[in-house]
Amino acid sequence: MTASSAHAHDDHHDHKPGFFTRWFMSTNHKDIGTLYIIFSIVAALVGGWFSMMMRHELGDPGLQLAENGQQWNVWITAHGLIMVFFVVMPGLIGGFGNWFLPLMIGAPDMAFPRLNNISFWLIVPAFLLLCASAFVDGGAGTGWTIYPPLSSDLGHPGMSVDMAIFALHLAGASSILGAANFITTIFNMRAPGMTLHKMPLFVWAMLVTAFLLVLSLPVLGGAITMLLTDRNFGTDFFKPEGGGDPILFQHLFWFFGHPEVYIMILPAFGIVSHIVSTFSKKPVFGYLGMAYAMVAIGVVGFIVWAHHMYTSGISLNTKAYFTAATLIIAVPTGIKIFSWIATMWGGSIEFKTPMLWALGFIFLFTVGGVTGVVLANAGMDTSLHDTYYVVAHFHYVLSLGAVFALFAGFYYWIGKMSGRMYPELAGKIHFWITFIGVNLVFFPQHFLGLAGMPRRYVDYPAPIPPPELTGMLVNPIKKIEWIISQDYGYHLWNYVSTMGAYLSGFSVLVFLGIVFYTLFFGRRAEANYWNVQPQVMTLEWTLSSPPPFHQFEIQPSVK
Amino acid sequence: MADHVEYGTTGKPHPYHMVRPSIWPLVASFAAGLLALGTVLFMHDVSLGPIHLGVKGTIIGFLGVIAVMFFWWKDVIFEAFTEKAHSPIAQIGLRYGMALFIASEVMFFVAFFWAFFDVSLFANEAIQTARVAYTQGVWPPPQYEMIPTFDVPFLMTMILLLSGCTVTWAHHAILENDVKTMSKALGITVGLGLFFLCFQFYEYTHVTFKFDEGVFASTFFMATGFHGFHVLVGTLFLAVCWWRTNKGHFSKESHFGFEAAAWYWHFVDVVWLFLFIAIYWWGSHGGTPMAH
Repeated sequence: MTASSAHAHDDHHDHKPGFFTRWFMSTNHKDIGTLYIIFSIVAALVGGWFSMMMRHELGDPGLQLAENGQQWNVWITAHGLIMVFFVVMPGLIGGFGNWFLPLMIGAPDMAFPRLNNISFWLIVPAFLLLCASAFVDGGAGTGWTIYPPLSSDLGHPGMSVDMAIFALHLAGASSILGAANFITTIFNMRAPGMTLHKMPLFVWAMLVTAFLLVLSLPVLGGAITMLLTDRNFGTDFFKPEGGGDPILFQHLFWFFGHPEVYIMILPAFGIVSHIVSTFSKKPVFGYLGMAYAMVAIGVVGFIVWAHHMYTSGISLNTKAYFTAATLIIAVPTGIKIFSWIATMWGGSIEFKTPMLWALGFIFLFTVGGVTGVVLANAGMDTSLHDTYYVVAHFHYVLSLGAVFALFAGFYYWIGKMSGRMYPELAGKIHFWITFIGVNLVFFPQHFLGLAGMPRRYVDYPAPIPPPELTGMLVNPIKKIEWIISQDYGYHLWNYVSTMGAYLSGFSVLVFLGIVFYTLFFGRRAEANYWNVQPQVMTLEWTLSSPPPFHQFEIQPSVK
Repeated sequence: MADHVEYGTTGKPHPYHMVRPSIWPLVASFAAGLLALGTVLFMHDVSLGPIHLGVKGTIIGFLGVIAVMFFWWKDVIFEAFTEKAHSPIAQIGLRYGMALFIASEVMFFVAFFWAFFDVSLFANEAIQTARVAYTQGVWPPPQYEMIPTFDVPFLMTMILLLSGCTVTWAHHAILENDVKTMSKALGITVGLGLFFLCFQFYEYTHVTFKFDEGVFASTFFMATGFHGFHVLVGTLFLAVCWWRTNKGHFSKESHFGFEAAAWYWHFVDVVWLFLFIAIYWWGSHGGTPMAH
């Protein structure tokens, strides 16, 4: 670590360091981005395994896999926390954000490269703590919202919830540091001439996302710190008998939690804008409107949190306000949807795999958005709260929204990141299997919710199927015929949903196969392999695939 | 992306600071993980035979985190002072970074103030019967003895405000390249920070309620304790700057390390003013006086 080694480093600027230095001591945004993407895929397999167990469990009435309701609750908690904090956020923000934000603004790296690396490595012990919490003292069966008193020492006296709390502390610190890094990079390291109003929309999305992270995550940090002291040091923040208030935790949680859902979806908006524009060969319709719609979503996202709490006893006036404020969000979101459509309008559209995922995103996110408008109304929500309708809603915007954007970004940029192209036909097959699979999983859940099926339950009442019709290898037609011959209750749509989950699980295997094939056998990618047109060009397409270890040593300029 | 954007080249090398690979982020993360795990085991008193896993894990993790802080910042100081790697634009980046860090810290305090106002403003909210039974519908609840506002807390306010003045004095001194005066002013600031912490220690040992005795105590100790921890961090930050001043690290042109410490100190100061007004003054007004 001397000045001379730094000098030598400058002379051989594309010299990659050795394996350990490169991957464990990295200060390179692209390598850290790669680490994030690998982490995200691994965590997705763990989180996805939990969802597979959940869907298998609910495929038939009675207990299949879970020993009891607590174990079921542990699965949903682990699934939720893993998917939010260890899949979507590391994938979209840590992965694609790290990789492409500096490239798009013409910067050689992030503002604080060492800080960038601790942002990555902090989520590793966080993830290990969270996974371990599921196996200690009966696991944390609190739901990802960790409401007291279920999460207090009354409901969970063991170590598991404390481990989950510290996992969130570590993941939160990671995200706050990462967000400060992104904001600084955007404000300080844009190429000369790139004004804010010339920034690519993905960069705008990351900017708004990072502000939401910096301002909302510390509030969660404070809330779970108080929960921790309530559990272990005898404080009374959330205990009514000591003058505390369990609803306070819900306020603090959702003051973080609602911006959090935009944190997960805004980067997806950014990715989809690029893809729609590239494959329509047209600039994004209403660029400024698109950028400021995201700003508006971010700002308004901070003042709608109590729409998650309509049934917690908040006053009628409060409900009226939060209903109105929540409905307002549909306006900037509508601007985005219609601008994507207008971008495609009259365009010369190419239906490559990333475009299919982007279109899938627009369609399915709109479905989730529309059910969101339904749920925004306090009156409607009173009957739909904590039913499968809510589960269907947020999986349409996340599992079929944010995750579709993850796949869209993966197929769009894997050639740039790895230097190798994925097999086009296989990518399309992967899309269609996933599209059918996830819709089979989640669309029927609307019906279940409207019929009153509560979420976070391990079982439902229905006739138990005969032995020859149980297990995974049953002819689904025969099974459905049997189910509808009974007084089936929630069984029919749960069974369809579970069949969809098996199909989605299969699509994950297809995806892993594509990843493997691409990395080892994919054909070499050119610099601008999508033939991105000059009018929609962003800077990553001006670099080789993969880009040099350090790009933009000579600073680009923007006119 | 935006209409009519064309890319060219400036033909000049970029002006940023490229940081060398570093082991500290990896070590820090796993030390933090160990600290977290150790704390969980400590809180649940887990031991393997005679070995108290929690205590050991917590201590090792904590020492690891502290050691990484030392070595990491040592590297930063080396890059800044010896290598002169912090170009003017890199310094602007550091400013953004520090400002955003403080912004996130402000939001941490928002959570604790929220807890305080949730109970102090709504101590008699009829829907919360258990709470009203506890607070007897008033704030502060009459079972607590209040710390006299214009006694030690006011003195602590004055100490922090004075330290805000002395840190500004230090700043003006370095803008005149007067290292000697800066050292003196910073030394006084560090002394005032320690003085504040001593008074807080005195206060904590003399109040008649404990952390686990109801919601007044919970909110009081969480908010002021978290603040006190920040005073400690700020004092250490200023002490390092004092040491660096005496080493000749700062000049009129280049002293952002000190400025960051000063920003942090002002942030701690402002949080205290809110604590003083909300908790010590408004929040204890009309309460049972403390017997001396």
